[in-house]
Amino acid sequence: MSAAAQAVETRPVVVRLAPLLVTLFPEADRVVELQAGSVRELVDALDARWPGMRDRICDSRPAIRRHMNVFVDGRRGRLDTMLRPGADVFILTAISGG
Amino acid sequence: MAKTVLTLLGTKKGAFILRSEDNRASWTLEGPFCEHWPMNHVVGDPETRAIYGGGGNEWFGPAVWKSTDLGKSWSHSSEGLAYEEGKDPISAVWSLAPGHGRLYAGVAPAGLFASEDGGVSWSHVEGLQRHPTRPEWNPGGAGLILHSLVLDSDDAGKIWVGISSAGVFATEDGGETWEPRNSGTRCDFLPDDQKYPEFGQCVHCLVMAPGRGKRLYQQNHCGMYRSDDGGRSWASIENGLPSTFGFPAAVHPRDPETLYLLPLNGDIHGRYMPDARAAAWATRDGGATWADKRSGLPQENAYFNVLRQALAVDRLEPAGVYFGTGSGEVYASRDEGETWERIAQHLPSISSVETMVIET
Repeated sequence: MSAAAQAVETRPVVVRLAPLLVTLFPEADRVVELQAGSVRELVDALDARWPGMRDRICDSRPAIRRHMNVFVDGRRGRLDTMLRPGADVFILTAISGG
Repeated sequence: MAKTVLTLLGTKKGAFILRSEDNRASWTLEGPFCEHWPMNHVVGDPETRAIYGGGGNEWFGPAVWKSTDLGKSWSHSSEGLAYEEGKDPISAVWSLAPGHGRLYAGVAPAGLFASEDGGVSWSHVEGLQRHPTRPEWNPGGAGLILHSLVLDSDDAGKIWVGISSAGVFATEDGGETWEPRNSGTRCDFLPDDQKYPEFGQCVHCLVMAPGRGKRLYQQNHCGMYRSDDGGRSWASIENGLPSTFGFPAAVHPRDPETLYLLPLNGDIHGRYMPDARAAAWATRDGGATWADKRSGLPQENAYFNVLRQALAVDRLEPAGVYFGTGSGEVYASRDEGETWERIAQHLPSISSVETMVIET
C-alpha cells in the first residue's frame, strides 16, 4: 500500500457534537477527530475523553437514545453502524418542543 | 449565628433556589440551574450543604445534578444509574434522599439506587426488583415511578418507598428483602371485592413524622392515611377533608401530630383546588380533625394543582410551610400554615419543593 493510500486508510473520523451536548461537557470540543471503526467505538472514544458522555448519547439497552440522532455520512446510524476512514458524523439532538 | 433559608425548587425547566434570611420576610430567586433539565426533585443535605437535583431529559436521559457551593456551580452524573442491558432503560430520577452517609435515588421505571460518594457513582439496590410482585406492578399516570423515599433516621437498614401504582414497600435489611405495606389502603378503581389488595395501591406521597414513634402518613389517590406501626397497617384519616384526592403531604418538623395537605377537587374533576379556592389543610391531632388555611391564598380562579413533591416545611421556629404550583407560583407561610404569601410567580411548572436551613 502506498503512503498516500495508507494515509487515506487511517484518516480520522470527524465528529460534530450538538451544541446542547457540549454545554453539558464544558471541556468538550464542537468538532472532534478520532479513530473509530463503528458508532459504538466512536461513543466509547468520546466517553474516554469526556467521562459520562456515553450516557447522554446512549441508553442502557444499549442503543442510541430515542431523541438523539447520529448521522454517518448523511444517513441515520445505529451503534453497530460501521465507519469508513474519514467519515463525517453528526451527533444531534432531535427537534423537540415544550 | 445567622441562618439562611434555601427553598429548593424542581421545575419542568430546571432547578431554582429561593433564598431568605431566617426571618423569611423577603426572598431572592436564583436559577434556572441544571441546563433547564426537567428536575423532579431537588433536595439539600444539611450535613454536607450539598444540593442534589434528580431529573431526566428527553434527549439525554436520567442524571443526578450536584452543587457543593449552594447553587453557584453544578455537575451531573449517571455513572451506574442504569439497569442491566436489555431491560427498559431508566427515563428519569424521581426522588432523592440523603441519610446515613449515602444518597438514595428513586427512578422510573421503579427502582432504587444508592450512592456512597455523594452522587458521583451509583449502585442498584437490586432487592426491590427481585420482589415476586414486580412483574405485576402497573404504572400510574406519570409512569411506573418510585417517587417517595423515606429513610429511618435511627436505623440505616430501614427504608420505605412509594411506587405509583404498586403501593408502599419496606425493607429492614438495607434493601435485600422487601415487603408490601398497604394493609388498609383502598383501591377505589378496582371492583368492590378487590378494593384492598396486597399491592397495587396508588400511593401519591409517603412521609414520616418526627420522633421515635415512626409514624407514617400517606396521601393516596384514594384517601388519606396514617400508620403507627411502620406501614404494616393503615387507618383512614380523610374525614373532614374536602376531597380524598391530592398529591403532597408534609409533617411538622417537630410535632408528629401536625400534618399539612393540599387536597384537590378529585381525580376526574380537573385536579385543581376545590371550588377553585386555594387552601392548605392542617391537622394538629394526627388526622382526627382538619382545618383549612386560606389567609393569603387566592380565593377565586385557583385552577392550579400541586404535585406530590411540591409541599415542604422548614426547621425553623415557628416552622415555615411552602408549596409550589403547577402554574409556577410558590406560596409560603412563616407561621406554621396560618397565613400565606406568594414568594415567587411565573416560574415553570413546579415539580418539587424542599428546604435547607444553613448557618451563615
